[in-house]
Amino acid sequence: MARPAVALKDHWKEQRLFLSRVVAAAVVIVLLTGVLVARLVQLQVIDYQRFSALSQDNRIKIEPLAPTRGLIFDRNGIVIADNVPTWELVAIPEEVPDLEATLKGLAELGLVDPDEHAVLADLVRSHRGFERVKLSNLDEKQAARFAVRRHHFPGVDIQEALTRYYPFGEAIAHAVGYVGSISKADLERIDRRDYAASSQIGKTGVERAYESRLHGQVGYRQTVVNAQGRVLLDPAANNGEGGTEPLFRGLETKWPVPGENLVLSLDMRLQLATVEALKGARGAAVAIDPRNGDVLAMVSVPSFDPNRFAAGLSRGEYVALTQHPDRPLFNRALSGTYPPGSTVKPFLGLGALHHEAMSPSKSVYCPGHFSLPGSSHRYRDWRPQGHGNVDLHEAIAQSCDVYFYQLAVALGIDQMEQTLKAFGFGAPTGIDIAGENAGVVPSREWKRRQFARREDQVWFPGETVITGIGQGYTLVTPIQLAHASATLAARGRRFAPRLVIGAEDVVTGETTWLEPEELPGVEGVSDAHWQHIVDAMVGVTSGPRGSARSTMGGTPYTVAGKTGTAQVINIAQGERYREEEIDERLRDHGLFIAFAPADAPRIAVGVVVENGGGGNRAAAPVARKILDAFFAQETSAVAPSRTEVYVARR
Amino acid sequence: MSLAVEWGRQGHAAGRRSRLAGLNVDVPLLALVCAVVAIGLVVLYSASGENMGAVIRQGMRFALGLGAFFVLAQLPPRYLRMWAPWLYCFVLALLVVVMIEGEISKGAQRWLDLGVVRFQPSELMKLAAPLMVAWFLHERRLPPTFLQLCVATLIVLAPAVLIAKQPDLGTALLVVAAGGLTVLLAGIGWRVMTALSLLAAVSLPVLWSQLHDYQRARVLTFLNPESDPLGAGYNSIQSKIAIGSGGLFGKGWLQGTQAHLEFLPERSTDFIFAVMAEEFGLLGLCFLLALYLALVGRGLYIAAQAQDTFTRLIAGSLALTFFVYVFVNAGMVSGILPVVGVPLPLVSAGGTSMVTLMASFGILAAIHGHKKLLAP
Repeated sequence: MARPAVALKDHWKEQRLFLSRVVAAAVVIVLLTGVLVARLVQLQVIDYQRFSALSQDNRIKIEPLAPTRGLIFDRNGIVIADNVPTWELVAIPEEVPDLEATLKGLAELGLVDPDEHAVLADLVRSHRGFERVKLSNLDEKQAARFAVRRHHFPGVDIQEALTRYYPFGEAIAHAVGYVGSISKADLERIDRRDYAASSQIGKTGVERAYESRLHGQVGYRQTVVNAQGRVLLDPAANNGEGGTEPLFRGLETKWPVPGENLVLSLDMRLQLATVEALKGARGAAVAIDPRNGDVLAMVSVPSFDPNRFAAGLSRGEYVALTQHPDRPLFNRALSGTYPPGSTVKPFLGLGALHHEAMSPSKSVYCPGHFSLPGSSHRYRDWRPQGHGNVDLHEAIAQSCDVYFYQLAVALGIDQMEQTLKAFGFGAPTGIDIAGENAGVVPSREWKRRQFARREDQVWFPGETVITGIGQGYTLVTPIQLAHASATLAARGRRFAPRLVIGAEDVVTGETTWLEPEELPGVEGVSDAHWQHIVDAMVGVTSGPRGSARSTMGGTPYTVAGKTGTAQVINIAQGERYREEEIDERLRDHGLFIAFAPADAPRIAVGVVVENGGGGNRAAAPVARKILDAFFAQETSAVAPSRTEVYVARR
Repeated sequence: MSLAVEWGRQGHAAGRRSRLAGLNVDVPLLALVCAVVAIGLVVLYSASGENMGAVIRQGMRFALGLGAFFVLAQLPPRYLRMWAPWLYCFVLALLVVVMIEGEISKGAQRWLDLGVVRFQPSELMKLAAPLMVAWFLHERRLPPTFLQLCVATLIVLAPAVLIAKQPDLGTALLVVAAGGLTVLLAGIGWRVMTALSLLAAVSLPVLWSQLHDYQRARVLTFLNPESDPLGAGYNSIQSKIAIGSGGLFGKGWLQGTQAHLEFLPERSTDFIFAVMAEEFGLLGLCFLLALYLALVGRGLYIAAQAQDTFTRLIAGSLALTFFVYVFVNAGMVSGILPVVGVPLPLVSAGGTSMVTLMASFGILAAIHGHKKLLAP
């Protein structure tokens, strides 16, 4: 190789160095190619017979195995969500020659919903060729009908599967939620490999929030099938007998890992009592243990049967549910927002004491109406003739509006906002399932953000006045009412409400108990002030002029409570609210908050009954029934042993 | 080596002829490329289910690649040397853009949408990284000092980390391979090489502890696809059946049952090697591998003949990287390497890979052709 004479010495050296590298690289390349060829010889010459047989007549299929979904128990080990065997109609996309014709044929046999045609076709196409896609659930007759015509439908099969069953149906629908078929939208948010064998996924409530714990992990099994899809050899089964050699080493059957069982904070007996108490109404009730945030009961009515969703709801049924005027699918307990009415009074009273806007002994004369200085507008009391002279205790017990109009003016909107927010109003409580509405605690800042026009953004003194009795812009959810009531009961300690308290590993049988989540509490309030408010709330239920005396009187336990009535329509100046003249859906909402026993509370409730009239008439009786049920069979501590017994029995 | 030299001799003669025609084309290189592509089109026709459209599309991608080849072949290598740092910085910037944009859209982060065309900057980095390393090392005394090695490592790792974060571990490793081979060719001492391997071995557990759980799971699947038989493992099992059942002579063109029963996924892209194995058997594969080896040999010969350090490093690294692609793809399809998304060069259907490869062959042709123009 000719090099120019001027080449420097180190160029030569570099050249030699480089050449040595190239030679080394060439040797490595030849070696690696040798390895590759050796591998090909192994596959194509040595193992030729085996692979040839496999490819000509048979195919290796990987069959995914569905994990068993975790069960859901109440705190005493009663099953709330169970798994029952059922038949599923499934399609294997790569084996279906003509999807449109297949779906049409199945619809003619009444095996799939004809209205679902486009949705199902889309769903099948969005899966990979070898993934099984569930088309529908079949009853035994339908399964038999398909079985005799199976040869008309290549690529369609029936398989045994477990589906969800909720023994308590409607009673737990809004708390536990339901599972349904995996939709195209679900596929976007899950690891689809984990769901290769699963046909259901949690859609709402606990079923959705704890999906990853409940679902478990997919398993798989290797099978050899012929061109018709018939299983010729199940290596897993043979291996068990010590028979044939596995077709592929390092790929044995992997059994699915079942999902975890969940233990809920719900007490089914209390839950059923709550359902019974709300029978025929529209509304919601939530009961919370103030010591840890455990949700003991959570009901929204009217409800729906979650089993219909698990079995596969037809389009028609779904539309009927969504268009029902009473909106049964709407979870009022978490998403329904209502003006709190007088239920805010204990909280604002505490705020006024703490900020020294009112002294406990100060009396206010209530003539039945209130006007701001220099204004003729009359803010009416619910009692047209007035309450006479009332102090804070009596103002809460009798629910005097005029006292609280004055209190609101003395406290001011900024401190009212701060007080209400400290009790969790105006923000999601942080319960462990989705769907919570934040509600509204109005403030100057809120009004500025809420309204576009400048003149609407100003905070008016009159708005401060009505905020004092829970009217105006304030909106709360039933869970917030129960949560705030529990916070009052716990004297300022605040826990995020929770539905799931434990998770049981089915394989080891060990239950992990989840720690309650404590939130920043209401701090700095003196014991005397707490006691004053609690006493006033006891006055509501058992004082001589208490507003809920008639329904809450005579309980063997002491109850601290507060009624609330929320106006749905405005009553013009100088007019009176006459219930009999008003359309049923425009009548007042009844609200009630309570906790008991007043000195060492173990339960706090929040109740809203839509268009039920006043708080004492509509909501307090519901709370009474819940509390009676609770104390009639005082809830024992959680009994994990019963959970284990149930699992063992299965 | 003897093979490379033999091809080289013919190359000399061919080079002279083509220069007379006024166009710088390395005829042996181009002839080998065309032979491989022709085989690829024949296999693709079968793999795509006798779809002529797929073959024509692939042919058009090859035509585009040929364009890139001819243009780059006319370009004197000193321009490449001048542009290398700019190209590198530009592609690195694109990678950063892809990362930021991708984070906003939460979508696939590999693609850059330019309105007219979408392309993956990471593919371009496979060329830009070795160019930058060669540019950095070419004026320095070789073998490089430890400090220079550190800089070179940084040049390779910066884009590799960005690509790995996309996350595209396969391409990131190929960029590391391309850059690393360049450094290797520059002549690291054996002691330094040992030290670096040790350092890598020590830092692995540290890196491992830094990963999230899901990233670890991903790496484990990457290392052992059969732990995931519903995903990557499925492909590798089916491709093993396809290869094995091909035997010595194959089942014949269009006769592959695995492919035609649509049992082999990705059969016209990453797993096309298995289709070829099933239909043309061991002999067919050996012929294809021989063509590949000849191409690599031609590349190494060009490297050995190159006049200056920069072109030497580039030519050597391009040739070796090409072999890495072949080996990784064939290895993963035949089940001796984990499944990574690396296409079979010049054969798998796909545009980005075809154009990038043809561009690299164009650079090889340029290095070989322009050398003689400068020589006395």
